[in-house]
Amino acid sequence: MCVAIPGTVIKLDGTKATVDFSGNIVNAEAGLVNVKIGDKVLVHAGCIIQTMDEDMANEMEELYKEIEDLA
Amino acid sequence: MEKRNLDRIIQELKNYDGPKIRLMEVCGTHTAAISENGIPSILSDKIQLISGPGCPVCVTVTAVIDRLIELSLMENTCVLTFGDLIRVKGTNGSLADAKGDGADVKMVYSPMDSIKLAAENPAKNFVFAAIGFETTTPVYALLIEEAKRKGLKNLKILTSLKTMPEVIRWVVKNGSNINGFIAPGHVAAITGGKVFEDLSKELGIPFVVSGFEGEQLLFTIYSLVKMAGKGGYKNLYKSVVTEEGNVSAKEKVDKYFKQSDSSWRGMGKIKGSGMTLRPEYMEFDAGSIGLDEDHEPAGCRCASVLVGAISPHECPLFGKKCTPDNAHGACMVSTEGSCYNYFISGR
Amino acid sequence: MKITMAHGSGGESTSKLIEDVFAKYFNNEYLSELSDSAVVPGAGKLAITTDSFVVTPIVFPGGDIGRLSVCGTVNDLLMSGAIPKYITCGCILEEGLDREVLEKVIRSMAETAKEAGVLIVTGDTKVVEKHSDVSGLIINTSGVGFIPEDLDVPGPSKLEDGDKIIVSGNLGDHHATILGSRMGIENDIISDNAPLVEMTRKLMDAHLSIHAMRDVTRGGLGTVLNEFANASKCSIVLKESELPVSASVRDFCGILGLDPIYMGNEGKMVISVSVADADKALSLIKESRYGENAKIIGEVKKDKESTDNINVVVTTKIGGKRVVGPMYGEGLPRIC
Repeated sequence: MCVAIPGTVIKLDGTKATVDFSGNIVNAEAGLVNVKIGDKVLVHAGCIIQTMDEDMANEMEELYKEIEDLA
Repeated sequence: MEKRNLDRIIQELKNYDGPKIRLMEVCGTHTAAISENGIPSILSDKIQLISGPGCPVCVTVTAVIDRLIELSLMENTCVLTFGDLIRVKGTNGSLADAKGDGADVKMVYSPMDSIKLAAENPAKNFVFAAIGFETTTPVYALLIEEAKRKGLKNLKILTSLKTMPEVIRWVVKNGSNINGFIAPGHVAAITGGKVFEDLSKELGIPFVVSGFEGEQLLFTIYSLVKMAGKGGYKNLYKSVVTEEGNVSAKEKVDKYFKQSDSSWRGMGKIKGSGMTLRPEYMEFDAGSIGLDEDHEPAGCRCASVLVGAISPHECPLFGKKCTPDNAHGACMVSTEGSCYNYFISGR
Repeated sequence: MKITMAHGSGGESTSKLIEDVFAKYFNNEYLSELSDSAVVPGAGKLAITTDSFVVTPIVFPGGDIGRLSVCGTVNDLLMSGAIPKYITCGCILEEGLDREVLEKVIRSMAETAKEAGVLIVTGDTKVVEKHSDVSGLIINTSGVGFIPEDLDVPGPSKLEDGDKIIVSGNLGDHHATILGSRMGIENDIISDNAPLVEMTRKLMDAHLSIHAMRDVTRGGLGTVLNEFANASKCSIVLKESELPVSASVRDFCGILGLDPIYMGNEGKMVISVSVADADKALSLIKESRYGENAKIIGEVKKDKESTDNINVVVTTKIGGKRVVGPMYGEGLPRIC
């Protein structure tokens, strides 16, 4: 299953990260992507698989721009 | 975005009266999100959503289940797995049934949990049931890397790893008449969007990479409706999906795994559609090669459902003999399976 | 000190354990007799219920198996319109259980009984050998309550067209607490285990047109509302945006692929109440202990279309409609 919601990296110890999802703290491997504390990340099966670009996470506005040309 | 724009898109999708359009999602989490958001009830009857072969549990062949059961009944061997796989039936029952017969099967949250288990119980053998698509394979690469670094001799994986592009080609070529694909967001996060852009060019069918929120899916469907018949590619999940994807994850996968033929439930062997450990790392393999046999339970039409040839309602077992409490086919077992989702949310 | 098989022998060790732990905390005039059965006063229509409690871990954030075992039985009595009076306590202890843990649980039972206004009037203790699937202690409680003479007892088949559905608070807290403890996910979610005496009494005393009332436990809201819809042959339409779920439980569900509508609770109830009385009922629940997050979440439909299509439907945030069936399977997390 893909976890659709992003979490925030709150602690890093080598490749072991601690990620916060609205107060739910989980441990995740950070060996697949460079992360720093404060990054918004996607976690899949206990591993961080990608960081989320926060500027673009304000999606709806961006999304609409993307599809405007189709209208 | 202004709500006005979303409302306009919903109205257009509701009132669409052009040629019939069949769109396929190939990610189990998209299937679940489409049901959770009640998206089919918003769309015109002329826009049909079809759940493709994107639920890893659903596409696993019976030979893999049988092998896992065999391993779980071996002396001193524990099979580790994600939840849903436990209930999928092999030739003679499921891992859950085997557990009743004394098999050692344990559910874990992450493949990485198996490192700890293997290190703490050196006298016991552990096998992780490594299923999944491009999103999950890098996690198994990390697992092997860590097992090697720690010199663990009691941890292996049984692989049934799949890749998306080959099965998408198979579905298109085998005539399910799909007019557009909702491309899997987190597969694309790893592979990069370019893989799907290339597919759209090759197949002449539009692909749109999508996030998992209701609004995101509506935007994706709207785009695909507009692009149908014309082809093209869009990435509507740019906060996560780049053109090239997660390069270091891809490098890790490439180090430990190689592309190989793989068997899919009901579809048979598809060339180059899977990943297996490279020869130099076969010491970590629990006998994954040649697990091609596939027996569907009598009357079960999962295979046709998986490729969009029929809707779950057209299967004679659906909702009668086959329900979530007594699942015959894998598509009714997994909470991401198409039959389960149709049944549970009244699609 | 650990519990040993001797504590279940029926001999001196048993008597001492009962005196030092159970009788000490449950102390009341009926129990103190320690006779074969408790003899209590009563008359009129009685409600009787029983429930067994097995939970791992036995002490969890916000509660423990003792509090749970009182709340479960008390709430079952309340939902039948009864005023809970007496409960029993049957304990099966596993050898090796810490006496301190037992004492904590029994003390918590006594405190919860006091809060709920019930007396624990009789009990039994047995000790069994260590069993790997049990975490030390199983409790059974039976309860007796009195039903007021003039009460029109609510029931799942009594829903009426236009009724409003009210849920008494946030969904999924207990389930998320237990699952979080087991899976090692750290969070500040605490179990909602609570006796719902105050809110049910207030509703009953106000003589509102409450047609159905049920505590929302295992199987979650979805399962209870399906029972309502089937028994009353109607459709229940909910608004997703109105379902009360805390942010941390929402994300907890997001991580594990769970749906709050199917998650278990131990201190929540749902009622179906006439349109005219809905606002009054909501404010009575909200001003009661454990009811501050109560919400009107949907309504009952009994027109032709709804009686042909008996179901529970959620209107989603983007305006879609999704049928919510009863829960299937064990409600296990979806991980991959």
